[in-house]
Amino acid sequence: MIHAAYLMVLLPLAGFAVLVVLGRRLGDPWAGWLATLAVAGSFVATCVTYAGLLSRPSGASREVTQNFFTWISAGPLHVHAGILVDPLSMTMALFVSGVSTLIHLYSIGYMKRDRDFPKFFLYLNLFVASMMLLVLGSSLLVTFVGWEGVGLCSYFLIAYWFERPSAASAGKKAFIYNRIGDAGFLLAMFLLFEKTGTLSYRGIFAHASDLSTGVATAACLLLFLAAAGKSAQIPLFPWLPDAMEGPTPVSALIHAATMVTAGVYLLCRMSPVLATAHDAQLVIASVGAATAFVGATIACAQDDIKKVVAFSTVSQLGYMFLAVGTGAYEAAIFLMVAHAFYKGLLFLGSGSVIHGLHDEQDLKRMGGLARYLPLTAVTFASGWFALAGVPPLSGFWAKGDVLDNAFARYPTLWVIGIITAALTAYYSSRLFILAFTGEARWRHSEATGGPAPASTSPAAAAQAAQAASVAAHLGPHEEPHEAPVTMAVPLVVLAVAAFAAGMLSLPWHTGITRPLAWLDPVFGSSLYAAHQSTATKWVLGVVDSLVAFGGIGAAWLLWRRTWRRPALEPDFLRRVWYVNELYDLLIGRPGARLASFASGVIDRRAIDGVVEGVGTATRGAGSALRRLQTGFLRQYALGIVLGIVLLLAFMLTRVWP
Amino acid sequence: MIHHEPEFPFLTTLVLLPAVGAVLAALVPRSISKEAERRLVQAIGLVTTLLTLALAIWVTVRFRVGDGGYQMTSRHSWAATLGISWHLGVDGISLFLVLLTAVLFPVALTGGAVKQNPRSFVAWMLLLEAGCLGSFLSLDVILFFIFFDLTLVPVYFVIAGWGFGNRSHAATKFFLYTFLGSALMLVAMVALAVIHDSQTGVFTFDLVSLAHTHLSLSDQVLLFLGFTAAFAVKAPVFPFHTWSPDAYAAAPTGGAVALAAIMAKLGTYGIIRFDLTLFPRATVDLAPLLLTLGVAGIVYGAVVACVQRDLKRLVAYSSLGHLGFIVIGIFALSTDGLAGGVLAMVNHGIIIAAIFLLIGWIYERRGTWNVKELKGLQRPAPILAASFTVVMLAAIGLPGLNGFVGEFLILLGTFVAHRWWAVVATAGVVLSALYLLWAYQQAFHGVADEVNAQTRDLSWREGLLIAPLIVLIVLIGVYPKPVLDRITPSVNDLVAHVDRATGAPAAPKIGYRAAAPGRTRRLP
Repeated sequence: MIHAAYLMVLLPLAGFAVLVVLGRRLGDPWAGWLATLAVAGSFVATCVTYAGLLSRPSGASREVTQNFFTWISAGPLHVHAGILVDPLSMTMALFVSGVSTLIHLYSIGYMKRDRDFPKFFLYLNLFVASMMLLVLGSSLLVTFVGWEGVGLCSYFLIAYWFERPSAASAGKKAFIYNRIGDAGFLLAMFLLFEKTGTLSYRGIFAHASDLSTGVATAACLLLFLAAAGKSAQIPLFPWLPDAMEGPTPVSALIHAATMVTAGVYLLCRMSPVLATAHDAQLVIASVGAATAFVGATIACAQDDIKKVVAFSTVSQLGYMFLAVGTGAYEAAIFLMVAHAFYKGLLFLGSGSVIHGLHDEQDLKRMGGLARYLPLTAVTFASGWFALAGVPPLSGFWAKGDVLDNAFARYPTLWVIGIITAALTAYYSSRLFILAFTGEARWRHSEATGGPAPASTSPAAAAQAAQAASVAAHLGPHEEPHEAPVTMAVPLVVLAVAAFAAGMLSLPWHTGITRPLAWLDPVFGSSLYAAHQSTATKWVLGVVDSLVAFGGIGAAWLLWRRTWRRPALEPDFLRRVWYVNELYDLLIGRPGARLASFASGVIDRRAIDGVVEGVGTATRGAGSALRRLQTGFLRQYALGIVLGIVLLLAFMLTRVWP
Repeated sequence: MIHHEPEFPFLTTLVLLPAVGAVLAALVPRSISKEAERRLVQAIGLVTTLLTLALAIWVTVRFRVGDGGYQMTSRHSWAATLGISWHLGVDGISLFLVLLTAVLFPVALTGGAVKQNPRSFVAWMLLLEAGCLGSFLSLDVILFFIFFDLTLVPVYFVIAGWGFGNRSHAATKFFLYTFLGSALMLVAMVALAVIHDSQTGVFTFDLVSLAHTHLSLSDQVLLFLGFTAAFAVKAPVFPFHTWSPDAYAAAPTGGAVALAAIMAKLGTYGIIRFDLTLFPRATVDLAPLLLTLGVAGIVYGAVVACVQRDLKRLVAYSSLGHLGFIVIGIFALSTDGLAGGVLAMVNHGIIIAAIFLLIGWIYERRGTWNVKELKGLQRPAPILAASFTVVMLAAIGLPGLNGFVGEFLILLGTFVAHRWWAVVATAGVVLSALYLLWAYQQAFHGVADEVNAQTRDLSWREGLLIAPLIVLIVLIGVYPKPVLDRITPSVNDLVAHVDRATGAPAAPKIGYRAAAPGRTRRLP
C-alpha cells in the first residue's frame, strides 16, 4: 500500500496544473470543488499509506524511501527527487492533508463571489503540494523545494488582494523575512554536505555521530535561523501578523495550522543531529520561550480579531520550539497537531465572524455575537478552552507536555512558560468575551470612535483608519448571519478535534498504546519528563489548570462589563514592542541610504567617473575628438566588418571541399 | 582530447549559416516597397535563425554523452605561416551555449522586430549570431579573437541605430571599453604563441597545442591578466561593469537580449575556455581575487539594483549579480561549482532574455521603463503578469525553476572550497528577492490608474515567443539531468587539467570517508 505514496504530493499538484489550464472555465464554485477533491484525494492516499506503514512491524521497516528520478547530479553531489515515508513524516502528512481538506471546503463558502475565485484555489492546491513535499522529502534539498514552495504560495496568498497596497507589501515582507531564514537553510545544507558528503536524511543521520560538536551546533543554529523565518520566531516574527492581510482561510491553513509549523518539523526531522548540539538546544529553547512570552503579551492588547489570533500563533510556535530545545520532540509534534486543530478552528471561527459582519475585524466593534452566530460561538468556545489550556481539552495535555519537559530540563524557562500560559488564558478569554458576549456594539456607529485601531505598520494603520472612516459595515437593521454549510462542517469537525486531540498522547498508561508513541522509534524515548514522579506530574498538571482558570477568571472580571480599558493596552504592546520601528531604524533606513550612496556616488561618480574620465581625457588630449565624433569610430567599425568578411570569404575557399 | 571528423562539417555550417543569411538580408533589392522589404527581411531572418536552430539541435542530438573532449571538430590550416587555423569543436561547456544562442536569436529577432530600416537590423543581428556561434566554437585563439571582436560591431550599430535615449554615447562607450579589453587579450595571445614557438619551434595559435606550453608562474599571471581583461569587461565583472547599464538601457529589445543573454556569456565562457586551460596555475593563484570580485558583484549589484527606477537598469545590475555567481562558480575550481557555473550561464541567458522581452513589451504598451509610472498591471494584463512572475522567480533562484540548480551547485562548490566567499554570496539570495519583488509590486500590484488600466495583455504571437522560454525555465529546473550529464564530463576533464598543473586538487574532498582517517575537520 505504500507504493502509491507519491499520490500524496501528485494529486494536489495535478489539481494545480488543471486549474492553471481550466480554472477560469470551471469558475465559481467548481474550481473550488475540484481543488477540494484533489486535496481530499491526497488525504485518502495519506491514510492508505499510513495504514500500510502501521501494518508493518515497528522499527526500520517503517522507514521507506521512494526515489523517482535523479534531480541534480554533478561532481560529488547526487540528489534524488524522492520521498521518505516514516512515522514522523506520516504524522505530519496526515494532519496537513486533513486540515487542508477542511479548509479547502470552508474556502468554497468563504471565497464565494470573489472575482479571482479559481486563482485562489490554484494557489491553495500548489501550497498543499509544496507542503506535502516539504514533510515527505527524502533529503534536505527536496524538503527545501517544498520549503520555498510554501513560502511562495504564502506570498501569493497574502498578496491575494493585490490591489490593496497593504496586502501587496505584507506579501513581500513575508517573502523577504523567509528568505533571510532560507539563507540559513542553504548554509546548513552546504556545511552538512561538506562534512557528510550527502544531503539525504538517512545519509546525514548515519554520520550524525561523526560530526564534531562545533559543526553540529553551527548546522543546527543555521537550520534554526531558517525555522525562525518560516515559523515566525524572534527576531524574524514581524511578518506573520502582517500576513493577516490574506483571506482568512489562508491565515487558518498557512499561517496557523501548517506552513508556520514547518520550522518545528525541520528541527524534529534533524533531531539526530540536534541531539548532539547542546548549546544549540539551549538557544532554541530560550528563543522559543522568549517568543512565546512576547507574542502572548502583544496578543493581550490587539483589537483586530485576526491579529490577536496571529500573535497567539507566534506565541504557541514559541512553545513548540521550547519543546524542541528541551529535546521533547514528541511533545512539540503533539502541540503542533493540537494547535493545528484549535488554531485552525479559531481562525475559521474568526472568518465566520468577519463574514457575518461583512468584513468587520475590530473586536471593539463586535460584541453579543453568540446570539446571532450560535454555531460559531459554540465551536469557537472549544478552540478558546483548548488554547487556554482548560482540562481535559487538547491544549491542556499538549501544552502540559511541553511545560513538564521544560520543568525537568530548564526550570527557568518553565517559569516563563507558565507565565505565558496565564497570559494565553487571559487574551483568549478577552477575545471571546469582546466578540461574543456583552453589548452588540456593531449596532452603534459611535462605538467605532474608540481608541485608534492597533496595527503593526504605518501602512496598516492608515488602512485601518480608512476602514474606520467608512460607514458602519452593517446597516442599522441588518443582523449578522450564520455561515453556510460548507463553512459550518469544517468548524464542527475542527471543534471536535480540538476538544479531543489530547487522546493522541495522554500521560498515563491506560492499557491502550498512545497513538503518538509510534513516533518513539524516530526520536528515541528520551523525554526528560519520563523520569518525573507521578506526584510531580500531578502537581504540574494542577498548576497548569489553576493558571488556565486564573487567566480566564481575570479576563472575565476585567472585560465582561466594558470594552474600554486603555490602561491594559499600552502603546508598547499595541505597537508590537516597537519592533518594526526598530528594524526600520537599524536596517531599513541605513540600508536605503547605503543603496543610494552606492548607486549615486560609488557607481556613477567613482567607478563610472574613472571610465568616462579616461574617455574624455583621451579625447580631449588629441585632435581625435572631432574625428571620433564625426564618424571615425563608425568607419573603424565598418573596417573591422569588411576585413572579417574578406577573411571569411578567404576561409570559405579553403574550407569548403 | 578526441578528434572526430564527421562527414558533414556541422560546426562550420552552423557558423556560416547566419552569416550567409546576413548577406542575403543586406542584398534584398531596394526597388520593392517598404512593406514588402520589411516582410522579406523578416522572413530571411526567421528562416535563417530557425535553420540554425535546427542544426544546433541536430548537433546536440549527435553529441556523445560521457565524452568530455571536443567533438565534431573541424580543422583546416588557414594562414599557415601565421599559425592560424580554422579549428572548430564543441564540448560540454560550449554545447548548451551554442544551443542557447540558436534558441534566442529567432526569439530576439521576432520579439524585438524594428520598424525602421529592418534590412540593416536583421543583417546586423544575423552577423552577430554568426560571431557568437563562432566564438563559442573556436579552438584557435586568433579565430576566437576575430569572432569575439566581430560581435562588437553589430551591437554598436544596433544600439546606435535603433536604440533609446543617449544611444550614441552608450554605443561608443560600449565599443571602446570592450575593444580596449580585447586589445590586451590580443597582445597576450601573440606573446603566448611566441613563447610556445621558442619552446617547440612551432608557431601556432591552436588552443590544444598552446595548452601544453610551459610557462613560469609570473608569465602565467601576466598572460592571465591580459586575457581576463577582455573577459571581465565583456561579462561584465565588477568593477568593469559601468558600460552595461548604459548599453542595456539604450539597446533596442532585440539588441538587449543578444547583449545580455549571449554576449555576456562570451566573457565567462572565455574565462573557462582560455584562462583555465592555458593558465591553470595562475588561475588557482588568482582565484581569491576573482572570487572577491564575483562576490562584490553579487552584493554590489543587488544593492545598487535596489534603488533603480528604470526597469532596464535594474535588470542590468541584477545581471551583474548573476554574473558574479557564475564567476565564483568558475573559480571554485571544483566539478560542482564549475558545472553549476556553466549551467548558470545557460540559465541566466534564458531568464534575462525573457525579462528583456517582457519589459520590451511593457514599453511598447506604456512607453516607459520607469516603475514609478507603472501600476496595477496585473489586473489588465494577467498573462503578462504571470509570465513576469515565473521569470522573476527563476531569477530569484526559486527551486523547481532553472536558476536554482545552477546557483545551488555554484554555492555548494564554492562553500567547500572557499567557505567565506560562499557565505557572503548567499546573502545575495536574500537581496535579489528584495529588489525584484519591489519592482514587481510597483509595476503589477495596486490599483491601475486610467492609463495603466488600458494595458493590453500578451497577444498570441507574444505568448508563443515567451512560452518556449518559460518551458525551458521549468524543464531545466525540474529535470536538469540531460544538461548536467553533458556538461559534467568536460568540466571533470578541465578540473583534472587544473589539478594536474598545480599538483594538488584545488578543491578539498567532500565528506568524512574521503578525509584522512582519524582526522576530522572542524569549524574554525
